[in-house]
Amino acid sequence: MQLEYFLLTAAALFCIGVYGLVTSRNVIRVLMSIELMLNAVNLNLMAFSNYLDPVGINGQVFAVFVISIAAAEAAVGLAIVLSIYRNRDTVDMEQFNLLKW
Amino acid sequence: MTLAEGVQLVAFGILVLMMVGSALGVVLLENIVYSAFLLGGVFISMAGMYILLNAGFVAAAQILVYVGAVNVLILFGIMLVNKRQPFAPVSQAWIGKVATGGVCAGLFSLLTASVLNTPWAISSETPIGEQAIVEIGKHFFTDYLLPFELASVLLLMALIGAIVLARREFIPDTEPGEPETEALQLPERPRELVSSTPVGDGDR
Repeated sequence: MQLEYFLLTAAALFCIGVYGLVTSRNVIRVLMSIELMLNAVNLNLMAFSNYLDPVGINGQVFAVFVISIAAAEAAVGLAIVLSIYRNRDTVDMEQFNLLKW
Repeated sequence: MTLAEGVQLVAFGILVLMMVGSALGVVLLENIVYSAFLLGGVFISMAGMYILLNAGFVAAAQILVYVGAVNVLILFGIMLVNKRQPFAPVSQAWIGKVATGGVCAGLFSLLTASVLNTPWAISSETPIGEQAIVEIGKHFFTDYLLPFELASVLLLMALIGAIVLARREFIPDTEPGEPETEALQLPERPRELVSSTPVGDGDR
């Protein structure tokens, strides 16, 4: 097993997340894409922790922090989605242009 | 990890297939409920990868927090925002998709090149494995104490913020002639009249 396998997997997951983030029309799917990208970052941290710093494991500590921040982000993001849905009565990203122009 | 090399490789292959397949499903499937369940698949295969990387504690935290909390939260969000509306087609949306796909492919090839060309300083020490949880605890209460406490404050802020944002702020309509109950006469902020775009009846 090599470090590069994990890094390449994480890169693929991150790119899928970016694609979903940009092209999705549904807000919930955008949130899910953000979770995918956060997971890719976590996988990078864990791979570095295991292969470059196997005794200090600072990467695992960072990954735990990222997990907790991601949980907070998901909660606040869904609350914002609910609030917008109540005001605009839609989940279409293309119609959320309150702050656009 | 005491598994043999071949077993690890096969497990890694299965996990990668599960993960990339589920991630593509999350992004590409039409039905949002399928996407949410496939997201759970991504999280579970990610936990398997953490176990392959000698990190049992973080794998357990991943399953508890992501599958148990975030995924369920997203499913509840889908239930609360359950609107099956056909999105109005944007003119020439395919240009955006193709451009995004190109950018993502380019990003992936860039990352691949840099990963493969970097001389990684692979450590030769054996991973501490089961002792990782003790080590993580030491890190949390010595050199990462301030971020740890800040994370707890941030979680509290997110909790309160989510409640404040998602709270219903308008008085529901009552039938004419029906007396308002006492709960609806409490002072509340009126619903802010954002210029809501009219949506046809074709929803749901």
